[in-house]
Amino acid sequence: MIILAMYIAIFAAAAIVWAIVGAPFVRKDPFTALKTVTFGDESAIRSNRFASVVSVISIFLIWASFTGSTLIPNALHVPGPFQGETSFEYEATAPDGTTDAGTVRALVHPVGAAVETPSLEGLEESGFAKNFTSTIPAYRSATIVAGKLLDDRKTQKITSIDGTPIAPGGAVDIATGQVRMNAKGSLTFEPLQGMQMAEQYLPPPEKVGKRFVSLIFDGYQNVTLFEHLGLSLFRVFVGFFLGCLVGIPLGYAMGLNGWFRGWFDPIVEFMRPVPPLALIPLIIIWLGIWETGKISLLFLAALWIMAISARSGVSGVRISKVHAAYSLGASKWQILKNVIVPNSLPDIFTGARVAMGVCWGTVVAAELVAAQKGAGKMIIEASKFSLTDIVIVGILLIGVVGFGIDILMRKLENYLIPWKGKG
Amino acid sequence: MSGLKIDDISMRFDLPNGSHVQALQNVSLDLKSGELMSVLGPSGCGKTTLLNIVAGFLKQTSGEIILNDKKVTGPGAERGMVFQQGALFEWMSVRKNVSFGPDMKGMPKAKSNEIVEHLLDVVGLQDFKDKAVYELSGGMQQRVALARCLANDPDVILMDEPLGALDALTREKMQGLVLKLWKETGKTIILITHSVEEALLLGERLLVMAPRPGRIHKEYRLPFAEMGVGGDLREVKKHPDYNSTREEILAMIWDMEEEIMGRTDGAAA
Ligand SMILES: Nc1ncnc2c1ncn2[C@@H]1O[C@H](COP(=O)(O)OP(=O)(O)OP(=O)(O)O)[C@@H](O)[C@H]1O
Ligand SMILES: [Mg+2]
Repeated sequence: MIILAMYIAIFAAAAIVWAIVGAPFVRKDPFTALKTVTFGDESAIRSNRFASVVSVISIFLIWASFTGSTLIPNALHVPGPFQGETSFEYEATAPDGTTDAGTVRALVHPVGAAVETPSLEGLEESGFAKNFTSTIPAYRSATIVAGKLLDDRKTQKITSIDGTPIAPGGAVDIATGQVRMNAKGSLTFEPLQGMQMAEQYLPPPEKVGKRFVSLIFDGYQNVTLFEHLGLSLFRVFVGFFLGCLVGIPLGYAMGLNGWFRGWFDPIVEFMRPVPPLALIPLIIIWLGIWETGKISLLFLAALWIMAISARSGVSGVRISKVHAAYSLGASKWQILKNVIVPNSLPDIFTGARVAMGVCWGTVVAAELVAAQKGAGKMIIEASKFSLTDIVIVGILLIGVVGFGIDILMRKLENYLIPWKGKG
Repeated sequence: MSGLKIDDISMRFDLPNGSHVQALQNVSLDLKSGELMSVLGPSGCGKTTLLNIVAGFLKQTSGEIILNDKKVTGPGAERGMVFQQGALFEWMSVRKNVSFGPDMKGMPKAKSNEIVEHLLDVVGLQDFKDKAVYELSGGMQQRVALARCLANDPDVILMDEPLGALDALTREKMQGLVLKLWKETGKTIILITHSVEEALLLGERLLVMAPRPGRIHKEYRLPFAEMGVGGDLREVKKHPDYNSTREEILAMIWDMEEEIMGRTDGAAA
């Protein structure tokens, strides 16, 4: 909630700043500059570079701020968990009405740091309530069973914390945290958590960066990052390639021949809406969790998309082009090669981009379920050990690779079929 | 006999709902080799249908098309087609489009190149031969379409509103080009148009068709195309006969349209 509010606040603040001081930096293209009507004129809308930059920076800042990152000054951090030494006093009552007080000291330390328990020196030890000392890693809490504090926990009861009365099930807030009492009379001390996120939930950016580097060179579980990603990509390419190899001719056949269309239409139309992920269980049953299984899955994911796009590429050919080719003396085969295939390429490419995206998503999901190596395998394995930094590196890279594939396909498309949409 | 014989063609489209459209009824025509005939008629009178039958894209219900003593049974390279627009191959350069016919025949490169170069000269597109067709204006694209058709050296050229999508000025220029090409190549041409002026200027013969059922309404033999060859089309338009014929045909088509759409001159009152 706070994060969302902050994000909206940054959005609004940046927009206001831009509205006030941004105008001189706008590089208007001469044509749009002359337009008086821009609202509703989509072509007059230019993506604001400044907004994009601020957007990315603010996500990074929020991330850094809520994880206590060392990359940004401390002043920008949201309050972190309490760390350091703290103590509270408790009072206990014996059945005969006598009371006694004791002190609990605790050192709250960064996770993983080796620290010594604070000494109880200088505290007087008398009566039935004993002093107690302990260390607590940040974000954790410590439970102190009543028996550790009282001589006889059956009859003696803790009644107040730092002067505030407490009863079983109750809680008392102290300056550095909260003390709770359970039904059996034991105390739990939870130091202030602050607003930062524990590393196991969200590690700071520098940790993720460091992990990224170590994944590249050392890998995780003896498999480097490039092996993981490379294997995932390899699966996608093989599956996609096979899908094209079968799907495109199938689509052409469906577009050109009534028998083929009749035969395959029910199959294709049925298989198209089935998400490839739903096939994973069946594929595992049939083919096991090995390479064949995953590649078959990707093959199926690409197959229907490619078949349908090739078919619509064929049906999309303007009849006058086919007529023109016939009256220029072309044979059926020549028309297929010189008219139908080039005319269908834009559709096929659009299909290929979709298929690539679907395959990439599917391979990650399939690896989550069953794999030895691969991007999905890496993150699911890391998540089992709460290695959130690996999970985040993995997610970021999966996004980057998916985005990269799409950009590459677009570039390829512009290069190979410049006539797209110009017919 | 050399020439195109359209012999008693009828065409009936059976519609899925059980009714049918008589698109053409007993249409007969003889075109001598080298004649240019323009075809006029209200929308839906079967002009395109007739052209598609001659081209071999549609099979007539009855009757025969005979070209140079051979029966037409399907599309063929001896009958070239120029469409209104969008029939060029946008994945090919201008040059590739024009050489499409020769290439399909497997003509040697050197020879087809010669033809292409010559035709690009004729239609004035030498400077654009390596451009993609979608980079050209509409008028240029139609010139490519003409050149592509001529490169194949057909006996008959069928044109379905070839200049219909062009602006008035470009259209006038292109009319001159069509006349020039006709005279230079001596092709038999059937040209469908919606413009009475165009039909008068270009048609040695002019056919007016009537709808429901599609049939030949009247045929003219005109001197204007001959006059226009190599001359100024605007001069031709000043000819008194040109104007009177134009008025006559306009009135004729106007009447037919009115019959279809109902009278518009206040008859509703
Ligand atoms: N494939 C078809 N199926 C059914 N009816 C058709 C078909 N093609 C044409 N027709 C009908 O045949 C008649 C003649 O059509 P055609 O396209 O030949 O007219 P046209 O003279 O070319 O008209 P326009 O000037 O508008 O191009 C019309 O009534 C049309 O509805
Ligand atoms: Mg028509």
